[in-house]
Amino acid sequence: MNFTLKIWRQRSHSEPGQMVRYDVDGVTPGMSFLEMMDLLNEQLTVGGEEPVAFDSDCREGICGMCSMVINGQAHGPARATTTCQLYMRQFEDGEEISVEPWRAAAFPLLRDLVVDRSAFDRIMQAGGYISVHSGPKPEPNSIPIENALAEEALDAACCIGCGACVAACPNGAAMLYTAAKVSHLGILPQGQPERYTRVTRMVAQMEHEGFGSCRNYAECEAACPKEISIKFIGRMNRDYLTATLRRPIKRDGPMDSQ
Amino acid sequence: MNLEAKIPEAPIEQMWETHLDHLRLVGPRNRPHYRVIVVGSGLAGASAAASMASMGYQVDCFCFQDSPRRAHSIAAQGGINAAKDYRNDGDSVYRLFYDTQKGGDYRSREANVWRLAQLSTQIIDQAVAQGVPFAREYGGMLANRSFGGVLVERTFYCRGETGQQLLLGACSALAQQIAAGRVRMYPRTEFLDLVVIDGRARGIVVRDLVTGQISSHAAEAVVLATGGYSNIYYLSTNAKGCNVTATWRAHKRGAAFANPCFNQIHPTCIPASGEHQSKLTLMSESLRNDGRIWVPRNSEDTRAPSEISEKDRYYYLEERYPRFGNLVPRDVASRNAKNVCDDGLGVGPTGHGVYLDFRDAIADHGRDLIDDRYGNLFEMYERITGESPWKTPMRIYPAPHYTMGGLWVDYDLMTTLPGLFAIGEANFSDHGANRLGASSMMQCLADGYFIIPVTIGDYLSRHPYGEIDTNHSAFSDVERDVRDRIDGLISIRGSRSAASIHRELGQVMRDHCGIARNATGLQAALGEIPKLRERFRTELCIPGSGSDLNQSLEEAGRVEDFLDCAELMCRDALLRNESCGCHFREEHATEKGEALRDDVNFAHVTVWEHAGEGVVPEPTKEPLSFDALPLAQRNYKT
Repeated sequence: MNFTLKIWRQRSHSEPGQMVRYDVDGVTPGMSFLEMMDLLNEQLTVGGEEPVAFDSDCREGICGMCSMVINGQAHGPARATTTCQLYMRQFEDGEEISVEPWRAAAFPLLRDLVVDRSAFDRIMQAGGYISVHSGPKPEPNSIPIENALAEEALDAACCIGCGACVAACPNGAAMLYTAAKVSHLGILPQGQPERYTRVTRMVAQMEHEGFGSCRNYAECEAACPKEISIKFIGRMNRDYLTATLRRPIKRDGPMDSQ
Repeated sequence: MNLEAKIPEAPIEQMWETHLDHLRLVGPRNRPHYRVIVVGSGLAGASAAASMASMGYQVDCFCFQDSPRRAHSIAAQGGINAAKDYRNDGDSVYRLFYDTQKGGDYRSREANVWRLAQLSTQIIDQAVAQGVPFAREYGGMLANRSFGGVLVERTFYCRGETGQQLLLGACSALAQQIAAGRVRMYPRTEFLDLVVIDGRARGIVVRDLVTGQISSHAAEAVVLATGGYSNIYYLSTNAKGCNVTATWRAHKRGAAFANPCFNQIHPTCIPASGEHQSKLTLMSESLRNDGRIWVPRNSEDTRAPSEISEKDRYYYLEERYPRFGNLVPRDVASRNAKNVCDDGLGVGPTGHGVYLDFRDAIADHGRDLIDDRYGNLFEMYERITGESPWKTPMRIYPAPHYTMGGLWVDYDLMTTLPGLFAIGEANFSDHGANRLGASSMMQCLADGYFIIPVTIGDYLSRHPYGEIDTNHSAFSDVERDVRDRIDGLISIRGSRSAASIHRELGQVMRDHCGIARNATGLQAALGEIPKLRERFRTELCIPGSGSDLNQSLEEAGRVEDFLDCAELMCRDALLRNESCGCHFREEHATEKGEALRDDVNFAHVTVWEHAGEGVVPEPTKEPLSFDALPLAQRNYKT
């Protein structure tokens, strides 16, 4: 198979970028999209040109490192699929394919198709944890957790942090990501003590990072390689609202308590 | 070389407690004065960094990925073992110890394995407290499944993504410590060398992968949690970025390397589809719980698998190992797959594949249950191959997966270089010659949550803090070495990519130092590798410069270390003139083709010191003793 690729090339954040056209041949249907990119890079290297910089690591759809907008869609045309799990049999021989980086204000571009997603990590640092030290803990079966509840938490926790939700959103919002993280811990009994401080802090950090606002386009759900539902956004909004309405716990003195 | 493993004097059941009682501690007021460097942010690195920071130490943590959460522990699928005995099927700490020792074919250190089995139960408690959503039964209790090489159900899991959930747990603890200012996290930063001052590890030199800047970091101790080196084979189940650079360069600075030839080939991977293949994808071993492995009895049988009748199917594992059947340990399953393919019975376009069939499981248990258990794995398989496991059997073939070998460590997880610790897959200690399924995450987290946070205190308490900073001349010397090396690589200006040379190295290693090895092949490999290295040094091409994001440069540095390490692996494999676990020397097999150990001559760990460029090193031996579990021939048949 042969393809014409139009790839976004940009040396650094401060320099302008442009789409550059490359022809790549000798592609087989069993190649993954990234293997096709490897092939192109091999051709470029041998020809003394700088290869296209792109992120990838596990190449089995779980690390969340790969991130390409292919023909205008985050992670390309296949549903529930990361870029690394997209195979060339999905494309027509001779097709022209455009390849661009994630584009969002909160994800500054580093080079070519590589962007900086550290804003996601800072959202986690703002509250995406249950505060426990390492050491002896109670017997886990002492808190039974309903099977369906554990599964629902996992439906949110399966987020791989790739950022496709942000790339797909016309507003560059990170609501699906943040909601998945907030819900994973908020659903489980272990996460209850910090449930409302967590949502408040994580949402504040999300806004601070410059992500856009949610307008219920639901593009995020459609682009999510793990098919995380936007119902979690609704759930986060409820938690957030509850958190803003809750009175801080006031610890009364001896006289007040009578 | 001092190979004193510091095994405590106590009965094996009480060793760890005895050791804890006698370790020196650093008091809570002093801990913030000590700085510890952790390289790697997988299960071992993230859990160690978070645990030490929450005790009060200052921690600097480094990873080459753009976020700590992307370390390759994330890709572990099947589960994590713990001797909880929730299923009332006779499990115990002893039983987990026994299975791990036996699975490792008696080439690991008993004391470490016992401690691992002991700590296994605490890991589950810790993970649940962090909010890891393990699978639950309908009554709300934790669910279990079984895994290869054992006769009990002790594996805890989250669908097919247990690694991701455990790593998210560890990384959430890490995130909390970053926010608290006790961990400084350096993502997209690669370890390039270790700084040793007066015989102690005192810091590291790293490269910022975005700006290309080389910088130094000083600390009172350095912990390597940098994983294994299966990518030496080019095609492996590891992530593209996994490498041997950190452990190898530490080795060159004085840390001894143990059992480099012990490499596990995982039996259930999707076969390579052609030349272009960049990595192999693992299908969880848990599939062997319900899938039946077979090949056609007749090598000329070209019918579609569904048309092949029962009598023409060769369920070779069930026939050869009636007691364990499809659940034999990984080394046995891999070797048998190679064996039937070598006999011409392999399936698929390359002939390197066997069927893993769910037809009977779907008929027995119903589609819903199988979907619950393996739905996501079936989808993944279909996405990659274009074939549906609901309709036709999967095709699988073994692939390099995990390295049991690594830096030698004592009971405190300290290498032969004082102040340098190695945890998780980066060390050698717990899995002997073969690792059982669902025990890598167990080891990473035992090391990170429970062992290193206390044993490192014993080392730190013996040394003052703050004596050395990066102004010391040793740092500028190492920085200069690092810069010279990068400039050297870039100035070759040849015509070949590092990847193309890596691919050749992988072929040599798969042919001669893979599932089966023999003296002739290993000698051939030892002849080939220096030639490859020479080609690397004259033909390499790295476009661009070292002063910005340059992925060709990153790859070239890693391949250069693989070339060196490959030679040591082959040397070690040649020297170990016996078969044990994954190390199958064709000269040493029982009549039935099983690995034949030589306990008289090889019941030891082979420990290699770096002897200098181009000098053939001489190994030292750490003898192994077998007091808690006497040596026996492994038997998975009856």
